[in-house]
Amino acid sequence: MKQRWSMWALAAGTLSLSATAFAAAPTPEMISFACAGCHGTNGGSAGLTMPSLASQSKTAIVDAMKKFKSGERPSTVMGRLAKGYTDADFDAMANFFSKQKFHATQQVVDAAKAKKGADLQEANCSRCHLEEGKEGKDDTPVMASQWLPYLQMQMGLYQSGARKMPEKMAEKVKPLSKEDIEALLHFYASVK
Amino acid sequence: MTLDRRSFIKVLGSASGLALAGCASQGPVGSTTEIMPKGGTRRVVVVGGGFGGAIAAKYVRMLDKSIEVVMIEKNRQFISCPFSNFYIAGLMNDMSTLTIGYDKLAANHGIKMVFGEVTAIDPAAKKVVTTEGTLAYDRLIVSPGIDFRTEEIEGYDARTAEIFPHAWKAGAQSTLLRNQLQSMKDGGTVVISMPLVPYRCPPGPYERASLIASYLKKHKPKSKLILLDANPDVVSKKPLFTKAWSTYYKDNFQYLNGKKVTKVDTGAGLVSVEGIDDFKGDVINLIPAQRAGMIAINSGLAGDDKKWCPVDAISFESTRHKGIHVIGDSAAPASDGPPMPKSGYSANSQAKVCAMNVVNLMNGKETIELSGINVCYSAISEHESVSIAAVYTVKGGKIMSVPNSGGISPVDFSMAKAEHAYGESWLRNILTEMST
Repeated sequence: MKQRWSMWALAAGTLSLSATAFAAAPTPEMISFACAGCHGTNGGSAGLTMPSLASQSKTAIVDAMKKFKSGERPSTVMGRLAKGYTDADFDAMANFFSKQKFHATQQVVDAAKAKKGADLQEANCSRCHLEEGKEGKDDTPVMASQWLPYLQMQMGLYQSGARKMPEKMAEKVKPLSKEDIEALLHFYASVK
Repeated sequence: MTLDRRSFIKVLGSASGLALAGCASQGPVGSTTEIMPKGGTRRVVVVGGGFGGAIAAKYVRMLDKSIEVVMIEKNRQFISCPFSNFYIAGLMNDMSTLTIGYDKLAANHGIKMVFGEVTAIDPAAKKVVTTEGTLAYDRLIVSPGIDFRTEEIEGYDARTAEIFPHAWKAGAQSTLLRNQLQSMKDGGTVVISMPLVPYRCPPGPYERASLIASYLKKHKPKSKLILLDANPDVVSKKPLFTKAWSTYYKDNFQYLNGKKVTKVDTGAGLVSVEGIDDFKGDVINLIPAQRAGMIAINSGLAGDDKKWCPVDAISFESTRHKGIHVIGDSAAPASDGPPMPKSGYSANSQAKVCAMNVVNLMNGKETIELSGINVCYSAISEHESVSIAAVYTVKGGKIMSVPNSGGISPVDFSMAKAEHAYGESWLRNILTEMST
């Protein structure tokens, strides 16, 4: 029995070497699957402070990854991780996640705030955040159904100046009250 | 189980043709009855439903529905080791947020579950023997976690873990350690003993020390904690932990390096280091040195070190047995530089790489190079956490971390509160991925 096992070992060793030699470069799936431990399977997040990437705008993902890598966008682990990838890798993961089905989260929001937020969104944000934030356009990310704590953390970073607000967004956000912004975030979180 | 209708074999040291060297005489009893006879469908069997196994089973099915997947797991519920230190240190009331079942995972992906224990693997016959019966496979993915090298500690016997809990497999052991801490009188001494690398979860003992020190500071201020590290220095997130200890716990916590516990005396309540120093403790958390899960060792999957399982860096196929892949804590993929840590996230990441390549090999397609990640959060206090992150690639058939990437949190703890929240999301996402 032992003899047979060592023969197997020899055969397996040879096979492994050849498997390694002919391995193809990482595919978009290979690169993107690794993100799912934190962002959920196919980018549908269950973690309250982590965004869903499923159906996200391709440009928004590439843009975010580049800004994480350069440090322009503040982060904890994302900057350190982004440094491990090339621009081609960013394209590959953006391509993968943008093609995934929209992830609707189940979360409790304040109905009155969400209602107020719906009107504010229509009046102020809907030219860029299309379809109630469900559609990402160019570098505008999908906002709909993101977790409320994630949205609040990001808005906090924008307002503190740690994350740079796009000019068009700043124009619209500045006149809004704290309550208005809170209502908007409740609205986006509520969109299914 | 119908004992009268099944013939049972004592797998270990028996005449079953699976005689295995170097095993203890006790162990679970395997059944020779074939369960789920394999028809024409190709089958992957997964041993173990932890961070590696559950993900491997899921992703094989996600990638190719024509492959049947059977997952064998001992327990009906999985309890996460990550975050179990919160429970031990009294920051969680119970382990419900750490616990998942397999029902949704199995239903969503059509994974067939066998709840039982694998007693032997026969690589030549491509068959596993379990307590519930035997299963044939085309490819086998083994993800059995770790076992303890308790034989290296003099005086360690079957009862030792009931008195000096390791709490390095979450569940009853975590509860035992928690209860011991809570019933300890104020003024008592807690001793944690941690082994030489490699072991499961490199920062885990340091996180545990931090959270227990935090617990003692708040609830038992006259008590103290000693961490006996067998390693010559802190092996993970060193600048972060050492800063946390000197900032928050300098009055009740002592870190001692190069202290390898070689002997225990449960009656006297002490552990002994190399026959020189004795450390008495009212609570002793003894984490023994580790090896791959025993089923991997007993199946001849371990390398020359008899501890860990050498595997190909791309397919995670064993270099010892063809058709068998090993992932997670048990695996030792060929590496250039520091290997992927034995963490839950590494196991999750490796499982996907393995699943893709198992599917490709079964479909006669070329394998794909690994692209992997490790992300690991550790709490340093009740409200603060720190992290380490890395991206892995393959070069020359070896796994290496991508140069100039990854690293640890800023040492000024400016991100520590945010990272505490991110850590919770990490847990929720990784457990949801395994259970849905």
